[in-house]
Amino acid sequence: MLGKLTLSSIPYDVPILVGTFIGVAVIGIAVLAAITYFRKWGYLWREWLTTVDHKKLGVMYIVLAIVMLLRGFADAFMMRTQLALSYAGNPGYLPPHHYDQVFSAHGTIMIFFMAMAFMTGLFNFVIPLQIGARDVAFPFLNSVSFYMTLVGAVLINVSLFIGEFSNVGWLGYPPISELQFNPGVGVDYYIWAVQISGVGTLLTGVNFFTTIVKMRAPGMKWMQMPVFTWTSFYAIVMILLTFPVLTVTIALLSLDRYLGMHFFTNDGGGSVMLYLNLIWSWGHPEVYILILPAFGVFSEIAATFSGKPLFGYKTMVYASGVITLLGCLVWVHHFFTMGAGADVNTFFGIMTMFIAVPTGVKIFNWLFTMYKGRVRFEGPMNWIVGFMITFSIGGMTGVMMAMPAADWVLHNSLFLVAHFHNVIIGGVFFGYIAGMNYWFPKVFGYKLRDSWGKWAFRCWFVGFYLSFIPLYIVGLEGMTRRLNHYDNPNWHPWLLVACVGVFVLAVGVACQVGQLICAIIDAVHQKRDALDATGDNWGSGRTLEWSIPSPVPHYNFARLPTVRGLDTFHIEKELGRPTPVESLKPIHMPKYSVLGPVIGVFTFLFGFAMVWHIWWMAIIGLLGVFAAMVIRSADLDIDFYVPVEEVRADEEAFAKRISAAQAAE
Amino acid sequence: MSHDTTHAPEAQHGEHEHHETPVVFGFWVYLMTDCILFGTLFVVFAVMCHQFAGGPTGKELFDITNVEIETAILLFSSITYGFASIAAHARKKSAVLAWLLVTFVLGVSFVGLEIHEFADLVERGAGPDRSAFLSSFFTLVGTHGLHVTIGLIWMFILFFQILGRQGLSDRMQSKLTCLSLFWHFLDIVWICVFTFVYLGSVM
Repeated sequence: MLGKLTLSSIPYDVPILVGTFIGVAVIGIAVLAAITYFRKWGYLWREWLTTVDHKKLGVMYIVLAIVMLLRGFADAFMMRTQLALSYAGNPGYLPPHHYDQVFSAHGTIMIFFMAMAFMTGLFNFVIPLQIGARDVAFPFLNSVSFYMTLVGAVLINVSLFIGEFSNVGWLGYPPISELQFNPGVGVDYYIWAVQISGVGTLLTGVNFFTTIVKMRAPGMKWMQMPVFTWTSFYAIVMILLTFPVLTVTIALLSLDRYLGMHFFTNDGGGSVMLYLNLIWSWGHPEVYILILPAFGVFSEIAATFSGKPLFGYKTMVYASGVITLLGCLVWVHHFFTMGAGADVNTFFGIMTMFIAVPTGVKIFNWLFTMYKGRVRFEGPMNWIVGFMITFSIGGMTGVMMAMPAADWVLHNSLFLVAHFHNVIIGGVFFGYIAGMNYWFPKVFGYKLRDSWGKWAFRCWFVGFYLSFIPLYIVGLEGMTRRLNHYDNPNWHPWLLVACVGVFVLAVGVACQVGQLICAIIDAVHQKRDALDATGDNWGSGRTLEWSIPSPVPHYNFARLPTVRGLDTFHIEKELGRPTPVESLKPIHMPKYSVLGPVIGVFTFLFGFAMVWHIWWMAIIGLLGVFAAMVIRSADLDIDFYVPVEEVRADEEAFAKRISAAQAAE
Repeated sequence: MSHDTTHAPEAQHGEHEHHETPVVFGFWVYLMTDCILFGTLFVVFAVMCHQFAGGPTGKELFDITNVEIETAILLFSSITYGFASIAAHARKKSAVLAWLLVTFVLGVSFVGLEIHEFADLVERGAGPDRSAFLSSFFTLVGTHGLHVTIGLIWMFILFFQILGRQGLSDRMQSKLTCLSLFWHFLDIVWICVFTFVYLGSVM
């Protein structure tokens, strides 16, 4: 009846998990009680959960990303403290089997549910506004994509309390992820969490590709698109090119595990090397998928806070294109040690080194954007300066490992772990947080407090170096990754430093949570100096999103903007806004739909049932998704018109706010 | 935001005209990702096609006559779907329904023959768990068959939607175009399957 699921699958004998469960339960009950007390269930359901509005979906993605950041950071915290303790006979507090699950969950969560969710959130919120569109091409599909990502995240967290998670690392390498060596449900949780959220990401890719190609405002040529849209576009192209490969790879692994096939098994003719090539021909482009939008964020911020146009817009666009192309041609550098031969390794080594060229171009572009500009070191700008220093160091260690000969020494060591954290924290994470600080006033109409943001940055910057420079050193000294305990006395002091670093990072995370709590307090009290009255919060916005009110009305643009060149809003500020000739018209918008969350629920049932081999429930899940799609396909009542009176009232209120703000100056 | 505003009739499309929802374009993009999905499966087959693990080879297993009949049926179903598309453009509802029905019957026969072939292989001890070669064969051909099945379900639903309220509305036309793209795409994939998997194994 319940497949492999029995009462003994619930780890009530593991104190850490019981404690976590109690903590999560208390917070969960408190949140649910608060929603009930303030009578917000109807609001939550009507305005958020059933939404197809790209802005609200963007916010929900980022909320998910932040919650997952806390979860993934808790895992990181446990790893660093474990390694500070587990020296010379002391086993530490995490037994190996548990520790293996912690590092697997940390990687999977941080990439798929923190970074990818954060990135998709930024896509959702920013891209339609930057290109002057009223929504994405397929708003309902956008809601389905979000629920796919959410289901993946929920599955991975359910594995904490029901059963176990994968213990084989974030990429699930066979043969150890095969049934023969891993008969439990851990790998199955990994498979379905990644598979379902991967399909969601692929659909997001289709959606945003279509949006950018087909829905740009009248007059916006390709070389007039804002840089964030450009770099995101490249990332989306890579999603389209590589996520199908991930889908196939994970599907083949599941066929091995569920139907006894022989793709990656040791026997029956299976090939582990095939898995390595497949997963990394997705996995390497994936890191560029993450970093390119971050480059876009930095480009927007550098221009805004230097009061100058971006230096080298065209080279920025071309460099991103070159990175996209080369990023798909370097995957073998993740396994030089596999033994593909000197020729193959040389090709991929040289390709890897080439990537440093367009990336270097970008670094210089940002530096020259700041050069002789009126640079204002507000919150978002801190992250970009920290990024340029940190990312350059990470890039250099990357070029070191691009040499196959050096990689044979450094492969699988903590040097590698330090390298990719160096580029992912210093590049991707700094970028997304900078983006959140930068666009937050546009989303909610009031600012994040800069002081908390600056302290968060300081802690992240210092904490990063304290945590990861020691890992470079112990990596060079031969410490391999994923060790649970060790005896080498040379490593111990460095791992203690790294542990101090993780505490500093924890303060940084706390500052970020504090910053968000303060924002809620400011919003509740309608704090005047936190309000963004003009819509151009930083005073020097250049792209279309700053030309409309904050928070953005649900239809985005009262009149579709006419694009007159690169940085249209900046041009309008310089030359004056053209008086609109056209009168306002009713605006055609999509209706919200309950089918998004319905598909989410049934997808979850399906995923959970597949993990536990509860076949009847899996069939119910599939049928439910199918039924929802049929209902959607037959539904003719999917759109409505925003009446002119509502748009005009919004416009008049916005004009009043702007003139009041100008009078106050 | 309130959604009580009356629903707009289809004719009143003024403001929205130059931003017609780009459904067909989006579907093309999706098909290209599907193309990469099949491409990956072909690569896997290319790597695995000699990994017999002491089991039977393609030459011993495949009944090429059966595959030729399958191919003919599927290619012919593409032609009949083409007639359905022509009828849809001419807004001839009953002709659309008739051609969809013919296409549906052909598609079902294709899937039936494939299931028969698979069952026969499994019965002869050549199931997907026998060797890496057979794993990749079943997965590639089965994924194609699954796509055809989904196409058939989709066709079934559209058939009744055309009979019902939607008729041959603009929205239905673009749905029919998407299914048409899907159906012809699966034909192209099948030609590659026939060439590389079956002929490649037998010859």
